[in-house]
Amino acid sequence: MKGYYDLHIHTAASPCGDELMSPHNIVNMAKLNGLDIIAITDHQTSCNVQAVQSVGAQNGLLVIPGIEIECIEEFHLIALLPSCEAAHEIEADVRKNMLKVKNKPEVFGHQYCFDDQSEVIDELEDFLLVATCQTAYDITKKVLAMGGVIYPAHIDRASYSIISQLGVLPEKPFFTALEISKTAHLVQYRQQYHEHHIIQSSDAHYLQDINKRRQFIELPEVSIEALFSWFKQLV
Amino acid sequence: MTVREMKESMHLKLLGKETGMDEEVKGGYIGDLLSFVMAHAQSKDAWITVQGHMNSIAVAIMTGVSAIILAQGVVPNLETIEKANEEKISIFTSEKSSFELAYELGKLLE
Repeated sequence: MKGYYDLHIHTAASPCGDELMSPHNIVNMAKLNGLDIIAITDHQTSCNVQAVQSVGAQNGLLVIPGIEIECIEEFHLIALLPSCEAAHEIEADVRKNMLKVKNKPEVFGHQYCFDDQSEVIDELEDFLLVATCQTAYDITKKVLAMGGVIYPAHIDRASYSIISQLGVLPEKPFFTALEISKTAHLVQYRQQYHEHHIIQSSDAHYLQDINKRRQFIELPEVSIEALFSWFKQLV
Repeated sequence: MTVREMKESMHLKLLGKETGMDEEVKGGYIGDLLSFVMAHAQSKDAWITVQGHMNSIAVAIMTGVSAIILAQGVVPNLETIEKANEEKISIFTSEKSSFELAYELGKLLE
């Protein structure tokens, strides 16, 4: 079966995420768009994964706990974890090693945490658009050790992408998948990086940017196990 | 020292309009890893870098630096220069290296 997905969605916890990016709004928009699987991937935090997963469960939408990690090389990685607890553990490690800068909400936006009623229950003070002092290699090792999946985000972009920062894909760590942005040419990237799965997610910061029913993964069933085992297979 | 005085003494090329030229320069910071700059640059520093893009402007806002000096002849795109003008952040370019610029700035601040 085809599992229609969007594995890169921000909530209002990301300073650049719209304040309308609440658990209910995201789940409802993903359902309207006909998606089967989404992942919540805020910058350096997993504070909203539980709330979105719980709303998703009530609405028949699979929600993968994730986090968009900025490594010391200053590019972004999408980490998907098997449970909210695992995501929180990765977050704790990232945040412990993150350079401390206070957010200026009036300039960069609020960093809201929600409960499963989509009520704001907390606001994060540490600015999240800051790198953690860990290499991509070390982060990758940790995420894989926790049974997660990890791959570089938006490799076609001119900033915060593995290619823009390093110039090439390094030999190590080896990623089974690469993410391209919505505007990139999927077929072209599949040809160029034929040893990798190419994931095309939205990186939505606004509700209207969430993927439509277009990008899919061929899966035996819609489950986190099936998705992760697909990622772990080589192309 | 004001940003204007620094520009004259160091022969920096101003990009865009004259905005924020009367800001005071009290120190300097060199850095190309934006996170490190955000965490360590001080307000009123002149920031010397080769990172000339939109994110540099956000870093300048976050830290309150007086000016951005792009080393090694880096010139940002027009949108970045416009954003800097809008935010009243002076942005300069110079053919000199970060080291040479920092050495000159250091002497001026003595």
